[in-house]
Amino acid sequence: MQAKLSAVALSIAAAFALSACGPKEEAPPPVAAPAAPAAKPEVVVKLGHVAPMTGPQAHLGKDNESGAVLAVEELNAQGLEIGGAKVKFQLVSEDDQADPKQGTIVAQKLVDEKVNGVVGHLNSGTTIPASKLYADAGLPQVSPSATNPKYTQQGFKTAFRVMANDVQQGKVLGEFAAKQGVKTVAIIDDRTAYGQGLADEFRKAAEGLGLKVVANEYTTDKATDFKAILTKIKSTKADLVFYGGMDAQGGPMVKQMKELGIKAKFLGGDGVCTPEFMKLGGPAADGQFCSLPGVPLEQLAKGPEFKTKFNTRFGYDIQLYAPNAYDAVMVIADAMKRADSVEPAKYLPEVGKTNLEGVTGKIEFDEFGDLKSGAISLYQYKGGTLSYVETLGGAPAPEAAPAPAEPAAAPAAPAAPAEAKK
Amino acid sequence: MDISLHQLLQQFPQQVVNGLVQGSIYALVALGYTMVYGIMGLINFAHGEVVMIGTLVAITVTGLLAAAGMPVGIAGLCGLVISILSCMAIGWSLERVAYRPLRGSPRLTPLITAIGMSIVLQNLAMILWGRNYMTFPPLLPKVNFEFAGAYFTLVQVVIVLLSALMMSGLVLLVYRTKLGMAMRATAQNPEVASLMGVNINRVISAAFVIGSALAAVAGVMVGSYYEVAHYQMGFVLGLKAFTAAVLGGIGNLVGAMVGGILLGLIEALGAGYIGYFTGDFLGSHYQDIFAFAVLIVVLMFKPSGLFGEKTGDRA
Repeated sequence: MQAKLSAVALSIAAAFALSACGPKEEAPPPVAAPAAPAAKPEVVVKLGHVAPMTGPQAHLGKDNESGAVLAVEELNAQGLEIGGAKVKFQLVSEDDQADPKQGTIVAQKLVDEKVNGVVGHLNSGTTIPASKLYADAGLPQVSPSATNPKYTQQGFKTAFRVMANDVQQGKVLGEFAAKQGVKTVAIIDDRTAYGQGLADEFRKAAEGLGLKVVANEYTTDKATDFKAILTKIKSTKADLVFYGGMDAQGGPMVKQMKELGIKAKFLGGDGVCTPEFMKLGGPAADGQFCSLPGVPLEQLAKGPEFKTKFNTRFGYDIQLYAPNAYDAVMVIADAMKRADSVEPAKYLPEVGKTNLEGVTGKIEFDEFGDLKSGAISLYQYKGGTLSYVETLGGAPAPEAAPAPAEPAAAPAAPAAPAEAKK
Repeated sequence: MDISLHQLLQQFPQQVVNGLVQGSIYALVALGYTMVYGIMGLINFAHGEVVMIGTLVAITVTGLLAAAGMPVGIAGLCGLVISILSCMAIGWSLERVAYRPLRGSPRLTPLITAIGMSIVLQNLAMILWGRNYMTFPPLLPKVNFEFAGAYFTLVQVVIVLLSALMMSGLVLLVYRTKLGMAMRATAQNPEVASLMGVNINRVISAAFVIGSALAAVAGVMVGSYYEVAHYQMGFVLGLKAFTAAVLGGIGNLVGAMVGGILLGLIEALGAGYIGYFTGDFLGSHYQDIFAFAVLIVVLMFKPSGLFGEKTGDRA
């Protein structure tokens, strides 16, 4: 917290320093918003996108942004007409530094800029405080990746997410740990809304299933050294270390577990289910488990196609939530199409009625704005890749089989739980 | 949670090792802060960023050379040397470009400039190296030791030894050479020192260059220890090292070393034991608070830090 505070102080100080250094006291140039190019016969629809673009999670922020960029480019290529005018989508990308305070600042900026909708934020910790501002402005907000349950439980009509929440995820992770024959667990979280929320849900689930929590430890989302807390965990002889947090910490954490001679297994949520985790964890990551909301891309109708598109457009691999960010943009565009309006007030009611076959699976919202089908998949790190283990919980998302095209002809009835493949 | 004395004692040696290694790194970085402060009364907040650039340069050079077929050990050594040289260059230019023009201006001006430089360097590194985390190639073979129930690796041993070596070298430099004498003279009174024929500009440049070289070594150590590097890694490290310098008495070399190691130990032991002693009322997330509480207590009784001399207020 102190670090964050000083980061803000730093940026303010820097602004001062920079202007003080300048040769003359000229009027400071406006920092952002190179106002939309002047009128053509088309309507410019501004979509806000918010994620940490600097700081320890910048790689994930860039990933989200790329997903959204891809969606916007595709929409523009389609040449949509909404309300009789040709629309051109424009992404207004903002950086919240994964900092709740910064999150509300950029949210206000987007509100003032009168964007038509918001995709974001990435972190639960920034999404929740920002959601109030969007709700007050009546601006639809679709978060690709905020999983803390609280986000949609505040009673805001504008808050949606295209990812299963942590109640669902924590429960599945707890069940999975019990199934692995684990008896004692140590829990670490990074004190963010996401990490703490997930760890709490996991703790509840694990205790409910008769597992014993032998240690609760804490770190931060900026830490690199975990030896002290891991040493303590070692003395408790836990069978499993659960981490609620992100890959940048999780990777070094498994490595340090190995260095300390800890034999316990490692389990984490979506924040550590990334290529980055394996890169940072090295051989120590091998054989550990993690979970991702949804069903693996490879198993989804549009998954492999999206992956190829993404790679050819950007030249790098998907980190984590890019498909969700893509879908979030599509949800907003789809609602605009059905409402035949880009006005937030007019298309907002349509967002709730979404029935879209997205890249990440079927997207339908419940009355809170959560996904109806909250399936969670488990993965194991094996030799530098994530290998799929199983999908638990939630209504099944349609499997790859028939691959229906655009017109939403709901495929396969959502019947038996997707205890698929194993 | 059962608290057993056995559990408490069992983790003690390991926590001491953890703290010692972390503390050696803090100490090495803290020396850079304290040296510049001792001579100019300036807190060079960009110092943490110099450490970060040292790590990233070492990664790039080592990676390139290793890819060209050089054995990792030698490539790493070249990486270290080039990283030291580039950090020296950065340290020198920092002083030349950002601080020298402001010499003699009110205290706050160079301080804010330092913060500004820190942000400039961070963003420069972000542009050059990107936002992703980078893995540091393991320079040393992975050898594990076990002693009295504590596990440690070769890297950790090297870190502690190398830090000790660098620190004693620096102390020798400052107290046994002509340049060191000039540094101490400048620290006491720059104007009188310059009247006695000391080239102040050169002394101050030397302090920045030496501090930056130490920062590069610290950067390579941090990199090879955690095997992770990122353009933001310097910020927290710099903050901790600055705290260590204040704890030991900023401006004092021995103080910086003792402060660094003390801070490392306090953090490790704090994180390990705070839960036991408070019945889990306070957890390991109070690790930093614990460390800062110690700092506050020390400053209450000894406002100039553990080893700090009383210096007159110098503007």
